Amino acid sequence: MSSVAKVKTTPEQILSLPEEERSAAIESGKSPIVLAYEVHKWYGNFHVLRGVSMEVHKGEVVVIFGPSGSGKSTFIRTINRLEEHQKGSIIVDGVELTHDIRNIEKIRMETGMVFQQFNLFPHLTVLQNITLAPIHVRKWPKEKAEEVAMQLLKRVGIPEQAHKYPGQLSGGQQQRVAIARALAMQPKIMLFDEPTSALDPEMIKEVLEVMEELAESGMTMIVVTHEMGFARAVADQMYFFESGQIVESGTPEEIFTNPKEDRTKLFLSQILH
Amino acid sequence: MMNREPKQYDTGEVLPPPTERYTVLGWLHKNLFSTWYYTILTLVTLYVLYIVVKPTLNWAFTQAQWQVVVVNLRLFMVGQYPADQVFRVWIALHLLAFTAGMAWGIFFPRARRIGAAILLIPLLFAALPFISNFSRVNWVLFDVFALLGWGLAIWRPQAMRRPLLVLILAYFPILILLIYGIKPILRIVKTNLWGGLMLTLLLAVVGIVISFPIGILLALGRRSELPIVKLFSVLYIEIIRGVPLVTVLFMAELMLPLFLPPQIKIDNVIRAMAGIIIFEAAYMAENVRGGLQAIPKGQYEAAWALGLNGFQTTFYIILPQALRNVIPVLVNQFISLFKDTTLVAIVGLLDLLGIASTVLAQPEFIGRQREVYLFIALIYWVFSYAMSYASRRLEVALGVGER
Repeated sequence: MSSVAKVKTTPEQILSLPEEERSAAIESGKSPIVLAYEVHKWYGNFHVLRGVSMEVHKGEVVVIFGPSGSGKSTFIRTINRLEEHQKGSIIVDGVELTHDIRNIEKIRMETGMVFQQFNLFPHLTVLQNITLAPIHVRKWPKEKAEEVAMQLLKRVGIPEQAHKYPGQLSGGQQQRVAIARALAMQPKIMLFDEPTSALDPEMIKEVLEVMEELAESGMTMIVVTHEMGFARAVADQMYFFESGQIVESGTPEEIFTNPKEDRTKLFLSQILH
Repeated sequence: MMNREPKQYDTGEVLPPPTERYTVLGWLHKNLFSTWYYTILTLVTLYVLYIVVKPTLNWAFTQAQWQVVVVNLRLFMVGQYPADQVFRVWIALHLLAFTAGMAWGIFFPRARRIGAAILLIPLLFAALPFISNFSRVNWVLFDVFALLGWGLAIWRPQAMRRPLLVLILAYFPILILLIYGIKPILRIVKTNLWGGLMLTLLLAVVGIVISFPIGILLALGRRSELPIVKLFSVLYIEIIRGVPLVTVLFMAELMLPLFLPPQIKIDNVIRAMAGIIIFEAAYMAENVRGGLQAIPKGQYEAAWALGLNGFQTTFYIILPQALRNVIPVLVNQFISLFKDTTLVAIVGLLDLLGIASTVLAQPEFIGRQREVYLFIALIYWVFSYAMSYASRRLEVALGVGER
């Protein structure tokens, strides 16, 4: 049983547009800002992504969930080329992911990523963690980068920690710094790879609140998570992954009240209790 | 209904940790004589110390003739460096004192007592009865410059950071220019006149400073995905690591001239330096690679996800962490290089050990091996210990193992 591509757009439709019209089409919602089309990937002989197709429009919040080993993390990591896909195509913000390093760097500038293990730079202060990429990649002057960084730290609620090192912060604070660090590049898309899975229970809430605020501000977000409360509150679309395929997708309403596939029902019954 | 008073877990009492207090006798009992076998061990150790130390001290203070060291002190320190040019070495030392004082003031502003203790050492030298008045003045000046640097750093710690960095980076070229000379201002002193402790230190410092960047490049090359770069790095590292330093030095001294056209003459010291650099770079590369491997993959991914390119990722994220992790290993390598430079005596250079053998060949000091070798052993020990102490302080200051 193979998953059918349930996307309305084909890569050709986006790529046939001249470059200057692509962003207008994305802005107006005519073209998706992220399009994955029949994406396949293998680890050696293991077929980890088996024809995944997804389109995400500007301002949408998409939640991906599913059992471990179902390929959801691998999929989100193909979107900014931390993993390479071997078949199919991925187009982010009108740029197709190919081996061309310029395309990859262009896409990475426009996508922020938040990791399960935070991955803050331990040798830099919180402020330096946030300003590093804007200064060296966006070429902002230091003062501007620091100003933006302080605003972001206020937004995630920890401006007083700016001059501490990551090791001196709690897990929840570290993850909020990681979100601020990704936002500092002013990305068009934010990718979250299980952002709360490594956190102690009492710290999950503070991170989810930041993410909810971000979703309400209109950020395009793709989130791999099992936080169903978060999904119900802010997701526009939900995708259930299993064995490298999208088994079912729909609005939170559809998924929670009327799941069609037995596997979705089974999985939801296991995580909702 | 049950009474729902909140439970009182807090007894309100915060106890101080128990303190242990010892009298001298109590300390002796606890550490040296607590059981019968500790007592025996203590007594045996004391006896062994007695039979070893007593004749040594007896020899050092009654029989040894330290005249050989006193008369040849300048030879030991700077070799045959012209006496009227020695002031250049002093200037280099004063600049070093100034830089070190500044660094001390910025990085350890509160460690005054240790700093003061270190400043006592030059004063001690100045008080030695047998040194020249010129040296005496210079040892005092050494402290003055150190205090000057320290004072500046304490006065304006933030503003002095950049000058300090410039000074540290510029020190090395200035040092070479001072010792070697610049045509119209300072007379050229050929390297065959360099010797003694000065040569030993120069070989070690040049060896480590120049092999450091080469080693980093080799380590990065070994982990590179470009096959030719990788192959070259692996071959270089594995070939050099398979050869003893003495062999590399002999090759540099004896074989190199065979390959070069006869009109090109590179003098001995430069060839020895080249040999040391070639050798140390391979070890440096392996040390740095150890540090690189300890960096989790998530650090690369986070950097790439932010849009940093490969170069930026390496230089802003990976190398700073990797190098901080390998500071202890690098200091170790530096200490062992400092002692390994004695091997250049074999190829005819007059480093500290080489000078020792020339001094021993002086007819009036035949048979004074013990004094001479004990003296240079003491010098090697003092420098090595100072370096390992400094590295421990550096680790604490950089927070290795904490963040």
